[in-house]
Order: sequence, then C-alpha cells, then structure tokens
Amino acid sequence: MRNVWIICSKELRSYFVSPIGYFLLVMFAFIFGYFFWTDLYYVMQATMQAQMEGEPFPMDINEQVIRPLLSNMNVIALFFIPMITMRLFAEEKRSGTIELLATSPVHDIEIILGKWLAAVLMYGLMLLTSVFDFIFMFKYGNPNWKPVAIGYLGMLLQAGALLAIGTFISTLTKNQIIAGAATFGVCLLLFVLNWVSQFDTSTWAQVLSYMSVNGHFDSFARGVLDSKDAVFDVTVIFLGLFFTARSMESLRWRS
Amino acid sequence: MITVQGLTKRYAHNTAVDQISFEVQKGQIVGFLGPNGAGKTTTMRMLTCFLTPSGGTASVAGFDILEQPFEVKKRIGYLPETPPVYPEMRIAEYLMFVGRLKGLTGSDLRSRVDYSCERCAIADVKDKIIGKLSKGYRQRVGLAQAIIHNPGVLILDEPTAGLDPKQINETRDLIKSLAGDHTIILSTHILPEVSQTCEQVIIINKGKVVATDSVGNLQGRARSGESVLLEIGGRNGSLDPKAVQRKLEQVAGVTRVAFKEDGQRRAVFEVEGRKDRSLRGDLARAVVESGWDLNELRAASMSLEEVFLQLTGEETPAEMAGVAAGGQS
Repeated sequence: MRNVWIICSKELRSYFVSPIGYFLLVMFAFIFGYFFWTDLYYVMQATMQAQMEGEPFPMDINEQVIRPLLSNMNVIALFFIPMITMRLFAEEKRSGTIELLATSPVHDIEIILGKWLAAVLMYGLMLLTSVFDFIFMFKYGNPNWKPVAIGYLGMLLQAGALLAIGTFISTLTKNQIIAGAATFGVCLLLFVLNWVSQFDTSTWAQVLSYMSVNGHFDSFARGVLDSKDAVFDVTVIFLGLFFTARSMESLRWRS
Repeated sequence: MITVQGLTKRYAHNTAVDQISFEVQKGQIVGFLGPNGAGKTTTMRMLTCFLTPSGGTASVAGFDILEQPFEVKKRIGYLPETPPVYPEMRIAEYLMFVGRLKGLTGSDLRSRVDYSCERCAIADVKDKIIGKLSKGYRQRVGLAQAIIHNPGVLILDEPTAGLDPKQINETRDLIKSLAGDHTIILSTHILPEVSQTCEQVIIINKGKVVATDSVGNLQGRARSGESVLLEIGGRNGSLDPKAVQRKLEQVAGVTRVAFKEDGQRRAVFEVEGRKDRSLRGDLARAVVESGWDLNELRAASMSLEEVFLQLTGEETPAEMAGVAAGGQS
C-alpha cells in the first residue's frame, strides 16, 4: 500500500510539473461553467415564458438543470480521459524509466494501482473545480444534495472505468499520441454502443447496449444509485487493471 | 555473490543469450565485454529481474532470480544504458523518489540521498532539474540512483557510453571507488575500459561466453611470449629463406619461426620466443653475423584488441580501429 502511494504521488506531481495538469483543470472548469450557464439560462427562459402565459412551471433544479448538466459533462469527460492516461506507461517505456520501476522491489500491481489512482485523483480534482458553480446553485436555488452526490459518484466511477482502459492501452505502446488516440477511440465506441438498441431489440443489441458505459450513467445522473450500474463500472475497472497487469507481465518476456 | 547457470533468452526469431554461465565473487569488478548486440544488455536485464529468462537461472546474493525476485531486487542497484531519470524532476526529488521505491524511509532516506549525492559529486547541483543537466551529470544521477539503497551488487550497462573523455575518466574513478563496498558488473564494448577498471573479464559474443579470465591473464595470453617481426635482406642479390629460418631457429630462446612472405632479395619472418630473453638483441646479432641485412625488426606482440577479436571472431580491422579509438581517453 505504501508503494502504491509512492507511485501515485509521483504521478500526481508529474501532472503539475508540466502544464498538462493546469490545462486540464482550466479547460474542464471552463466547459463545465459554460454548460452550467446554458442549462440554467434555458430553464430560466422557459420559466419566464411559462409565467407570461400564465401557466405554472414545475421548477425542479435537480431534474431540469443538474441532470442534463452532469450528462453533458460525462460526455465531455470522454475527451479528457485520454489526455490523463496516455502518458502513464507510454512515457515510461519511451524514456526507459520503466526499467527503474520494474527492477525496484515493488509489485507490478502496486505500480499499476498507483498510476491508475493518480489518474482518478486527477479527474477528481477536475470535478472539484465545478464546486464553484454549485456554490451559486445552492446559494440561490434549493436543490436536493443527495442526487447531486450520487451523480458525482457516478461520474467518478465511470471515469475510473475509462481510466482503467486508458491505463491498459498506455502499456501497449511507447508512443503517447497513439495511446491517446486509441483510448479515445475505444472510449467513444463504448459510449455509442447503446445506440443500436434504438432500432434493434435482439439479444445481440441488448448485449451491446449493456456494454455501453453511457447507458449506465443515466440513473446516476437522475440521482438514483442502482447497484447494477455501479457493479458494471467496478467490473470494467477490475478488467482494465487486470489486462494492464497481464500486459506488464508480457513486457518481461518481450521487452 | 552472483552465480549464473545456463541462462538463456530466446525471442521468436533469434536467441539473444545462449546458455551463459559464470560466477562473480564478492567485491569484484567484472567487465562484461562484447561487441554490440552480443547479448550484454539482455543478460543484465535478466539478472535484474527486468526480463524473464527462457531457460537456466541465476542467483544474486544467494537468492534465485526466478524464485525470489523481490529479494534480488532489494540487493541490486541497476543503471540501464540510458539513465532512468525523469527529466521534469529535480535531482534531490528524484533520488528521494527512488529511495522510497527501494524501501528507505525517514532519516535513513535523507542520509542516503545526501550520501549518494556526495559520492557521485552532484551535491552542489541537487536542486537542478534533471532535464537541464548535461549527459555526464545525468549519468552521475543514474549512478547515484543505483547506489541509493546500498545494494550488494551493482549492475551498470555501458556506464561511460556517450561521455566525453574527461567524464569517462571521472566515471571510471567513481566506479573503482565503489568497488570496495559493492560487487560490480559493468558492460562495455570498449577494451581499455576493461583493463583500466576491471579485475575479471567475461567476454561474450553472439550470446555465448567465449572467455572468462582475469585481466592479467588475458593480457598475459596476449603477451605470453614475445613475438618479433623481422625483415631480412640479402647482400648480394640472393637470399635463401630456408637458411635464414634455420639460423633464426638456432638463436637461444626462440620457440617458433614462421616464414611470412618472400620478396625480391628480402624475406619476412615472425619469430616467437620466451619473454624473459633479450630476444631482439640476439636475433639482430645472428642476422648481421650471418652476413644478411636487417631491414626491419619490430615487436609484434598481440594486444588486448587482438585477443578480443580472436575470441569474438571479428575480422574487420576497421571495426577494431573504431573500438580502440572509442576507448582513447
């Protein structure tokens, strides 16, 4: 466990000795702020219009602002995930520092967990920047905080799953660009797998649809903690890290 | 300290290391010598548990690299061919990280970082960013990283590659000064490096050990006897090589006379004799007293380069010159 933390803190620090960490935080905060503003603006417009026409408008911040906001941000996360994971192993392989890690008295799984945890924490920090937006929402609105917390848990879980896949892909190449592009491709595919269920209801379509990460986020966005979705994300995390471990082991045979 | 038995590494299409066996005693500096691509790096990577061997095994400090890699890793300091440094880190920060990774904690960690910096002469630059250091400094950081947990065994892969002559000397001195506390294996393709730094030499070529010997013996093998080249000319236009050969063989101390080439009124011989004799003087006198001209007489003792080339079966003299030039410092 100590070794996991040693690796993790080194990785976290390396995000912030280069501009990449700050870039990710700032970009995420900007985009989150933009969606926050547009979602809120839209609801306010609709409310005013309803008032002018004399119809009551059911005001529910959780359902009308937070749910679409988190769903949008969850899609945006897709673009950030590869930037977080692409360097994790590819960079170590290119510069030869992987030899230092692999010849130190540290288990492979500790290296992998440390790196993955650093990626998850990095994403967690990005999510933290959205606290500013929620300060306003809680000050001027009256949303229920529980669905918000569950929505954030869902974002973190799903990011954990995609980051595990990105970590695995990063062990396959020395080239960060390739690792990043491949991670983006795979994650995108996992997002759109459930589109097939819109026009097909066969077993295959259902299986594909189940494998889509997007389909497992909606209940989180609504503020419902469904164990089925949580189990899905945890399974993907486990599989991603398992494949990373196998890939690292194969390095010892091929180099 | 290190025992290697039948270590083998096969890839899909070639065998990089083929049944290597050798032993290294505690406290020795051993040179791992061979042309590029001979399997030096692969062997070292297997010893450090970075690569898994396809066959055979090895033990380091009594621990098997396959059975107890964790114990082996604790006892080995490894400097790969390119120092495994993170360019964005500062030296002290990097060494703290490596120290923690090797299991050091607290005041022990800090004192070892200071010690390694002191030892590798980087104490005055330890707050610099590694990416901005010169190659020589980076190499020293690599060495500091290797000795940080005070390992019993140091494995250094071409520690002087890419350095300028001054840095090469400094690095060699540093390695020599480390020898008392650590058993060291260093790989190189530069011959003078071996004779200047190492006590024992393991020569490998095409994945096989071709010689294991002490530097003294190897040089002895090179100069076991004195070998002299003689060019002899005939006075009156005629020269009977057979007569010359007979005469030379009669000189005291001569063990072998080989007729090399024949020209017009001249002949070249290679004469080998025991080292302790004043061979050249006797040969010169014998030639002159027989009425022949002594056109040339020079020592032709085998250099370490020639022994190396003989053992590794390399033939191109150009390559040999390159090897020798690479080692000039």
